[in-house]
Amino acid sequence: MAEDKESAEAIVSEVHKKIRAAFDVFDHEFNKTVDVREIGTIIRSLGCFPNEGELHDVIAERLTVNRAYVHEHREDNNGTYLTKQIEEEEPTGYIRFEKFLPTMTKVLMERKFRPIPEDLMLQAFEVLDKQKKGHLELEELTKYMTQEGEPFTQEEMEEMLSAAMDPDKNLIFYKDFVSMMTVDDPR
Amino acid sequence: MSSMNEKMHIIFYNYNSMRAALLIQRWYRQYVARLEMRRRCTWNIFQSIEYAGEQDQIKLYNFFGYLMDHFTPASSERNLISHIFRENNICRNVDWERYFCYKSIEVPKLYSGPHLSFPITCSNAAELVEAFKNKQQLHSRYVLQLLGETWRLLRILPNISQISTCHSKEITICGDLHGHLEDLLLVFYKNGLPSSEKPYVFNGDFVDRGKDSLEILLILFSFLLVYPNDVHLNRGNHEDHIVNLRYGFTKEVLGKYRLHGKKILKLLQKIFSWLPLATVIDNKVLVLHGGISDTTDLHLISRVDRHKPVDSSRRRVHSLTHSSSTGTRHEVQRRSLQGLNNRVTCSVEEELKERRRQAGLSQSYGDLRNSLANSDSDPDSGELLESYGDEWKQIVDMLWSDPMPQDGCVPNEVRGGGCYWGPDVTEEVLQRHNLTLLIRSHECKQEGYEFCHNRRVLTIFSASNYYEVGSNRGAYIRMGPDLVPHFIQYQANRATRALTLRQSVGRTERSALRALREKLFAHKSDLISSFQEYDPENTGLISLGHWACAMEAVLRLGLPWRVLRTQLVGDTLDGMLDYHLWFRELLSNASLLETMYKHHSNLETIFRIIDTDNSGLISFEEFRQTWKLLSSHLQTEISDEAISDLAVSIDFNKDGSIDINEFMEAFRLVGGDLLQNEGDPH
Repeated sequence: MAEDKESAEAIVSEVHKKIRAAFDVFDHEFNKTVDVREIGTIIRSLGCFPNEGELHDVIAERLTVNRAYVHEHREDNNGTYLTKQIEEEEPTGYIRFEKFLPTMTKVLMERKFRPIPEDLMLQAFEVLDKQKKGHLELEELTKYMTQEGEPFTQEEMEEMLSAAMDPDKNLIFYKDFVSMMTVDDPR
Repeated sequence: MSSMNEKMHIIFYNYNSMRAALLIQRWYRQYVARLEMRRRCTWNIFQSIEYAGEQDQIKLYNFFGYLMDHFTPASSERNLISHIFRENNICRNVDWERYFCYKSIEVPKLYSGPHLSFPITCSNAAELVEAFKNKQQLHSRYVLQLLGETWRLLRILPNISQISTCHSKEITICGDLHGHLEDLLLVFYKNGLPSSEKPYVFNGDFVDRGKDSLEILLILFSFLLVYPNDVHLNRGNHEDHIVNLRYGFTKEVLGKYRLHGKKILKLLQKIFSWLPLATVIDNKVLVLHGGISDTTDLHLISRVDRHKPVDSSRRRVHSLTHSSSTGTRHEVQRRSLQGLNNRVTCSVEEELKERRRQAGLSQSYGDLRNSLANSDSDPDSGELLESYGDEWKQIVDMLWSDPMPQDGCVPNEVRGGGCYWGPDVTEEVLQRHNLTLLIRSHECKQEGYEFCHNRRVLTIFSASNYYEVGSNRGAYIRMGPDLVPHFIQYQANRATRALTLRQSVGRTERSALRALREKLFAHKSDLISSFQEYDPENTGLISLGHWACAMEAVLRLGLPWRVLRTQLVGDTLDGMLDYHLWFRELLSNASLLETMYKHHSNLETIFRIIDTDNSGLISFEEFRQTWKLLSSHLQTEISDEAISDLAVSIDFNKDGSIDINEFMEAFRLVGGDLLQNEGDPH
């Protein structure tokens, strides 16, 4: 029993060190805070695959101080208006490591936002490839990525195309693309 | 029924498309985040190695300072040292003018490069830009003539230029260029050539690292001569001939001008010392290269004789000893002596110790005195030294300092010169001088510019792809009478823009890792000892956590080792690393080379200093003595035998001379072979 507890502690300690290392890379001022806009990158670099909505929830619910304040107000019957206002705001400012660590530890220990296996990725592309051509046209992919789901920005779209598209034919051979991206993964 | 099915089918299908799109977006964004992480780490590697290099440079200056203070006339090293620090006998400007005279140099009929006539006109200057764009080289006669005129002009310019926006619409401000001619050409292409309607401020660090430093200088100087009221140059920390010895400018000039390179360099040395220190726009915006400190006083600086002494480095030896910022010069000397006392005995060291004991601390070497006299024996000159030291410290601060997020002002240990200053210092200094904005350069920024200190400090950096192709953009500022800065960013090298994010991150990363591996190589024995501390039972294995700790303890680069681990370490057994195997795969056994390699850039710098006639040859004896002195100062050991063996293996003997380039080349080749780990597909 004692051994189990020890190994559990060791695991948590390793997780903490991993989180700390990733956090430090973005702690430009060496004061244990990072810009909230980099939280997404940090969480993803630790191997998680949240979508944008899930990311926003993590930040808004668990990391931003305002939220707690708002709950109090709600109980006082003052807060409905306030709550709504803050929910709609973009999170700004800095996240402190003390706040980030427990949140992120929970995310990693609970194995939230699991990676997407390669074959599932392939299936996703095949769904979009309605005519089963084995490739996607530039316009097809652009339409899906910028209009469906959680749309890409212009910049994101251009970047993906530059990596995925065969420039001579303007076609995306997704099977190759998926393999290439998966190979890149150092884990 | 079937149309209902169809509708359901379509709805189902659309729902599936949305889910598929979501999945793809989620997956791709994760990938981009991982790339961003790698890019950031790579950046940190380059930056920390760059600053560590500058630190090394300062240590070298301290070494020379030590030499100047502590050896005595009877020593056999005397000749070598005086050789290193020999001041020319020519003192007066008139004599210098004679020495630099270009008139005897003939331009052959076959010369196809640009011809300059003086006084230089704006079409001459534009022609020069075109010529350099077409990779032509300016004849040394014109180079010397142009530099001579520049020197004459600079001598009448004030330390701090005052400019105003009222005459023209906007002022353009450029940051570090570092020999990147493509970037300067790109700026001129986007923004136009300098003119009275288009004034420019160039904020220092025109030279070193890039391969066209001289061409940049010639262009800037020619426009300065044509439009002296509209082109303003601020001195950077790289406008310093000793820095140039290490960072490539000296080599570039000597390579391009074999016959007259030495003269050109000497004239440039004077020009650098005469470059103005800062520019003030509309009495509100201060533009200088490095930064400020809590003691910055522009009124004081405007009265200083900025060209004395000839190079900032020798001065820095005496004003920048940072072992404790409050120590007096004597205390500092004593401290460095103590360091040596702890060392293993070596004949040079013992000799020096003996002499020190006999001669006492106040001894100083006669020839090298000038105004650096020891204040013990001469209280007046001591005071002069003190007050001049204050002014000089201010100038060094202006050229070397960096901003930091915390309040306060502390010595800049990373660079080894200047200080780190905080937002409170910015506020105080700006208010004291009634200024609103400080524009500086000196630090590479990914986007080419960056604000800090509540947008009161702006860093502008104009050399794109500084660390590696794709590493960063360059930028310049346009500023009108409203004094609001507008930024234009760019990235030279069309190929860069065509690279995907993945390719440019990958390429920069490979480059950074190569540089990092060189550092690992140089510190191999220290690293192994450190690993062994975590492995008391000598299993040859350590945990990755311990690996990370040991790496930082030895290298002190402040890098995120755990994150970099995947790039540096291959397979592990249950999270345990076989460190001997790791080194064998990463590096190779060569302890002598390792020691030398650690100091190879210092060595090269020293060689070039010794080689005062720039012939590329130094005597074997000079080499041996230099190495002995350096190694005693740096507390490493190398026997005479080892040096001779090395000489034989690299085949020095050319009448007892060493060809510097050959030595460094052989060294690089050997070092390079050892470091060849993965083939670079690029």
